[in-house]
Amino acid sequence: MSSTDDVNQPTQKNHPGSREITMTSSTVFRTRRVSGAFIAAACAALVVAGCTSNEPRETEETATGPVTTTENDEPGDEVVIGFSAPAADHGWMGAITSAARAEAEKYEDVTLQVAEGTNDVNVQISQIEGFIDQGVDAIVLLPFDGAALTDVALEAMEAGIPVINVDREFSSPFAARSTVLGDNYGMGVSAGTYICEQLGDNPDAVVAEIAGIDSLPLTQDRSEGFKDALDDCGLDVDARVAAEFTVESGEEQTANLLSAEPQIDAIWNHDDDQGVGVLAAIENAGRDEFFMVGGAGSINMMEEIQSGDSVVQATVIYPSTQAADGVKLARLIAQNKTVSDLASIGVPRTVQLYAPVVTADNVEEFLPIGFES
Amino acid sequence: MSGQSALRGPALRMGGLVLALVLLVVVGVATGGERFWSTGNLITVLSLAAVTGVVSIGMTFVITSGGIDLSVGAVVGLASVWASTRSTQYMAEDYGWWVIPVTALIVGLVAGLINGLLVAYGKMPAFMATLAMLAAARGLAEIIAGRRTQIVFVEPFFDVLQARPLGVPMIVWIVVVVAAAGWFLLNRTTFGRRTVAVGGNAEASRLAGIKIKRHTLYLYGLTGLTAGIGAVILLARTTAGSSTHGTLLELDVIAAVVVGGTLLAGGRGTITGTVLGVLIFSTLTNVFVLNNLDSSVQAIAKGAIIVGAVLLQQWFASRERTTST
Repeated sequence: MSSTDDVNQPTQKNHPGSREITMTSSTVFRTRRVSGAFIAAACAALVVAGCTSNEPRETEETATGPVTTTENDEPGDEVVIGFSAPAADHGWMGAITSAARAEAEKYEDVTLQVAEGTNDVNVQISQIEGFIDQGVDAIVLLPFDGAALTDVALEAMEAGIPVINVDREFSSPFAARSTVLGDNYGMGVSAGTYICEQLGDNPDAVVAEIAGIDSLPLTQDRSEGFKDALDDCGLDVDARVAAEFTVESGEEQTANLLSAEPQIDAIWNHDDDQGVGVLAAIENAGRDEFFMVGGAGSINMMEEIQSGDSVVQATVIYPSTQAADGVKLARLIAQNKTVSDLASIGVPRTVQLYAPVVTADNVEEFLPIGFES
Repeated sequence: MSGQSALRGPALRMGGLVLALVLLVVVGVATGGERFWSTGNLITVLSLAAVTGVVSIGMTFVITSGGIDLSVGAVVGLASVWASTRSTQYMAEDYGWWVIPVTALIVGLVAGLINGLLVAYGKMPAFMATLAMLAAARGLAEIIAGRRTQIVFVEPFFDVLQARPLGVPMIVWIVVVVAAAGWFLLNRTTFGRRTVAVGGNAEASRLAGIKIKRHTLYLYGLTGLTAGIGAVILLARTTAGSSTHGTLLELDVIAAVVVGGTLLAGGRGTITGTVLGVLIFSTLTNVFVLNNLDSSVQAIAKGAIIVGAVLLQQWFASRERTTST
């Protein structure tokens, strides 16, 4: 398995320097000869204390996806699939690429060429151009920005290379042979429906929502679905804060939220990555009168659910295996196969994945597809 | 900055800040009532101000000396990651919980000293040197953590740092101690007087015999150290280290320091003002969440407060000038 190494760091904008202090030391003024020794000591201490290794003491089992085999899994024509996704800057995105790699490794007839994850659309466009020049058999593309990558995807399609669009949709239907989507609106619906079921017929129940980055369409879709599902059973969102998908922001927003609402019945947190901070805030505040539903489906949260003594009762999956699905579909398309469990011929145009609710009852089943945040 | 009256000036300027804070508290009580004015909520406000507060104390020194440190947020992230790697935590399990905070402090201190070396001896503009550190520290944090969240599993660490002596969280006590030490250092020691002198007129300070290079080195080391303390607080609060910790913290910190009345150009610094500045922003966020208001509106209010506070400061400063002549 080779990979194109299009490393590209986001460029920092340079600003004109601030005022500079003129510094020339000449006169002796109560000097203390500590700085040199001090720095040396500090550096030495850093070397001692600063093992930066993250190797666990005992090896942990690495999770693998659920095993389903069909006739389609029999080796077919050798295919080369180009894969490009944004930078793995959070747990979910990291799992996207590793799940895709793992899926490709299951097939001896697939060579997956993974381009270095990037959040720079220009770099991602050039990666796809590279795949076109190279003449790969199919491209699996999770664009950083769907609209920005549409043109180059069209180019690939015109060159006869099927493109499988994952998660973030292109702006033209001609740019992808097949599209694999998560269901953000559905996540909100699943979370809201679960909370409705749990709270039953208590219209006065206090429901709080901890959203992700508010300016993103995916956050708006999730909130919309949540609101609609709650509406359906006569509940509404009584308090809402928006964090930034980071642990720190999750903690901060939740601490304020808990202060603002002295009595809460249920919380939905959109994102399990920020959920670590959300849980810390709940613990700091010593609150446990409510139950919480997570989002995305990290191993952490699933373990909380499994433990049974956590406020986390459930989490809603936003599959981090969608790019792996993309790889599977790309292989089928490139090999001219069809999806075995459908009567119709040909791989579907769009596959929208389900957003199931993970609870203590089914957590065992979902743990293998959980991601490490 | 010439011939300011020693007592009346700062007191007047502080008046504007206290007024702003009181105004916010009044709004909080009016809209939130019991929910705002409860011990629990006040502790929340203080705890949320802890990280910004501690780092702001260090930043006050650097800005007073006419410098700037843009790297504090990234250094907080790096220190939190370094102090929560598996190997650091195993070491903490073997030798004691203190390994975690000590690692964070050392990482912060060393990063700060590197900033100081670049600025003082490398003659780099502080803006550029610390901008470089911002990028590098964040990148290193991402490499060490592998962009994963590192959950802290050393329980004794939490036993100490999540304790609540006298009902007040340990992290708030830490801020109180750091702020008090900062106040003493700035107002009652030669170190503080030299800092103000360097910021006011570097050339004159040099002629007066202050070893400016060495002093600058110490100042950035001090700010790095407070970033390390900030990382410890974040580890205690969030129970995890992450390369995303401290994102954009530098902006909050600089805003708090400058709103507090420390001159961005250097030569005047106030720890009390900084503390008030931090509290104003923390209270603002709290009041907004209390009223379930949109975070975008909150960002606008934040901008308005910065402008308002600076205008108020200028107004008080001009009154001070007319009354003293």
